[in-house]
Amino acid sequence: MTYTEIGLLSVIAVVICDMYIFRTRLIRRRIFWASYAIIIFFQLVTNGILTGFRIVRYDADAIIGGSTPTKHAPAFIGDGRLVFAPIEDLLFGFSLVLLTLILWVWHGKNGLQRQPVSGPPVAKVAKLLRSK
Amino acid sequence: MSHFAYLAVLVGCLIGTAGLEIFLRTRVYRRPVRLIATIIPVVVIFTLWDIYAIKSGHWTFDPRFVTGIETVGNVPLDEIFFFIVIPICAILTLEAIRSARNWLVGDEVGTNE
Repeated sequence: MTYTEIGLLSVIAVVICDMYIFRTRLIRRRIFWASYAIIIFFQLVTNGILTGFRIVRYDADAIIGGSTPTKHAPAFIGDGRLVFAPIEDLLFGFSLVLLTLILWVWHGKNGLQRQPVSGPPVAKVAKLLRSK
Repeated sequence: MSHFAYLAVLVGCLIGTAGLEIFLRTRVYRRPVRLIATIIPVVVIFTLWDIYAIKSGHWTFDPRFVTGIETVGNVPLDEIFFFIVIPICAILTLEAIRSARNWLVGDEVGTNE
């Protein structure tokens, strides 16, 4: 299987885990999508470093775009890439993040260290948040 | 030094998210059992994916920028750390929003399926 195919299958698999196996139903909550929106931004930054400097290189046979060039950075955008990284990395990242959060929430639901709970923020940050 | 380039990116992720634990009191690191129980299966599953991808030639690592320490199935140690660090950052992000906004996650005290 190619990276593209595994990526698509993994997204389907984690969504099934979320909806029907662990029944965490995170994809139906705004907190998940707000978290993912923040995470995807930082994913593009950090993954851009890893792929732009060619610390990790990809093979054309596995992805939609071409291979990571040997002499220069891959396309910033285009040729199946977004911020140097193959778009398949978005599928990989989504699966990694959703599976993690499914398990974290599932353990919490089952009473495994549900406490101490998150928040409230320290006073100064709380004030900052209120003023917005 | 460049052998630590990949690891440096991951350390940057941990430093960058540390403020969430301190200032938003996410209390993720204060729930180590739950954190470890979450991360272990993620590391196992994604390492298996990594083994297959490396074996199939989907991706390779520039030997100048990784530690050179290999684990199971030629997976660089750097990758294993990736599968630990990124989940921690994801959980910190979720808990930071919960702290700031009180939005429901589904595991609140009093809820039980």
